[in-house]
Amino acid sequence: MVELQPLGTAGRGDAVPSLLSAYVALVRSRLSAQMVYRGSFAFEVGAQFGIGFVDFAEIYVVFHQVSSLGGFSFAEVAMMFALTTCAFSMADMFVGHIDGLPNYVRTGQFDAMLLRPLSALGQLVTSDFSLRRLGRAMTGLLVLGAALVFTDIDWTPARLLLLVITPVAGCAIFCAIFVAAAAVSFWLVEGTEFANAFTYGGNYLASLPFTIFHVAVQRFFTFVIPAAFVAYLPTLALLGRKDPTGLPGWLCWSGPVAALIAAAAARLLWRNGLHHYVGAGS
Amino acid sequence: MARAGFSRWATYRQAAVAGMFTNTVFGIIKLSVLLAVIDETGGTVAGYDHASLSTYVWVSQGLIAVVYVFGWSELALRVRTGDIAIDLARPVDLQLSWLATDLGRATYAIGARAVVPMVVGALLFGFAFPHDPTAIVLIAPAIALAVVISFACRFLVNLAAFWLVEVRGLITLYVLTMNLLCGLVVPVQLFPTWLKVVAYSTPFPFLLQAPTDLVTGQAQGWQAVGSVAAQLGWCVVLLGLGRLVLSRATEKLVVQGG
Repeated sequence: MVELQPLGTAGRGDAVPSLLSAYVALVRSRLSAQMVYRGSFAFEVGAQFGIGFVDFAEIYVVFHQVSSLGGFSFAEVAMMFALTTCAFSMADMFVGHIDGLPNYVRTGQFDAMLLRPLSALGQLVTSDFSLRRLGRAMTGLLVLGAALVFTDIDWTPARLLLLVITPVAGCAIFCAIFVAAAAVSFWLVEGTEFANAFTYGGNYLASLPFTIFHVAVQRFFTFVIPAAFVAYLPTLALLGRKDPTGLPGWLCWSGPVAALIAAAAARLLWRNGLHHYVGAGS
Repeated sequence: MARAGFSRWATYRQAAVAGMFTNTVFGIIKLSVLLAVIDETGGTVAGYDHASLSTYVWVSQGLIAVVYVFGWSELALRVRTGDIAIDLARPVDLQLSWLATDLGRATYAIGARAVVPMVVGALLFGFAFPHDPTAIVLIAPAIALAVVISFACRFLVNLAAFWLVEVRGLITLYVLTMNLLCGLVVPVQLFPTWLKVVAYSTPFPFLLQAPTDLVTGQAQGWQAVGSVAAQLGWCVVLLGLGRLVLSRATEKLVVQGG
């Protein structure tokens, strides 16, 4: 169990620092727990690194057959893949385990969380902070580095800033999708796989040039699930290309705004879901 | 035991609907990529055209839950908790009883997981029906054999739990390699030659690519017969290997149990 003494001994006056220290203690305990079996941990990180490359193998095989996909070169599609992988693996590390919510509900652990003086979402997020996902982020960074070498980008300060912000905004977008998908499981308890379509499916789709999709799919994954803002639209802005699917240029720079809207929507959905939740016993 | 496996999975209807939905979404993304490829190459690639690519995607998406290309650790878990000792004491063969349960699960998955994505996909994106009589006759046996090969592989990987404390990493690695080489992501025919050689030196293409090839017309006549014969060969080898490893493991278990 986690030691929560700082929380108990702190006075009511400094509630904020004590809450924070509770979360810090939670995260720290998860992190040290993962380091206990070093060999096992190294293997897990390696496996995650490998997962990234197997994902990339699809793009490699496809470009073995063709020289451009949906009007984009190997390096350009690799860049979309890399930006998505960085964003998704970080989001997966921070909140990915939230898809275990139905299990917590079924076993009653979630009710225990509701009774504690910390937010349920905060506890869920800190319940399993999988450092091994960093392995997959490393694959993303490696591919990103290679893609940047092979693409012709006219660097400006704005584009450099966009390159740095994009994985962060993308991570926030995926976090929002994870939370929203978990919130939906308050209504559909056996529907974990339903959520996978938007989380893992969103990851798959975001890493590809949107020009290959049907227009309905393009618009749905831009304006309802903002997956286009993770990699496709920012890549267009980096390359200085107009969107072949007809979206205005300013939208390509709007990743952070999309992330904020997505986060707000996810928060709203989570609150409603929690309100709807009546416990596993009934 | 096969019937018990069937009814255990049949309890989760909502999960089945959700599974099919996700399956269909992934199918649409996969097909979009492959159709973009034939847009570039002028209509065909490695013997596939629009209709047969759609068939490949929807048959393989339908089969993934039947053949089970995901991580499976039930047996490993029983080894870790020690429940395996009870299983071994039962008067039934451990490997064959798990196989029977798995065949029951697969039968349920055909109805619950495979039919809908195939029909929806076929209606929305087109379908090429097989016309080679040999291939048509062999489709059902090929799917059954694919389930057995898949089970035999998973059984083997799970047996590692007798020697390793934590098998999660190993299972992840197995699923990873298998998913790529079984033709789940891209048809094996599209692989560069070196990767094709790697794939066909493993049993993995016989999990998904081989039964799918019978439907898409990639394997016809004697080629289809040869493919099913190879599946049969892998079944014998992998089940045999599983028995061998299990007997080694139980010897060790007896020693430890004192």
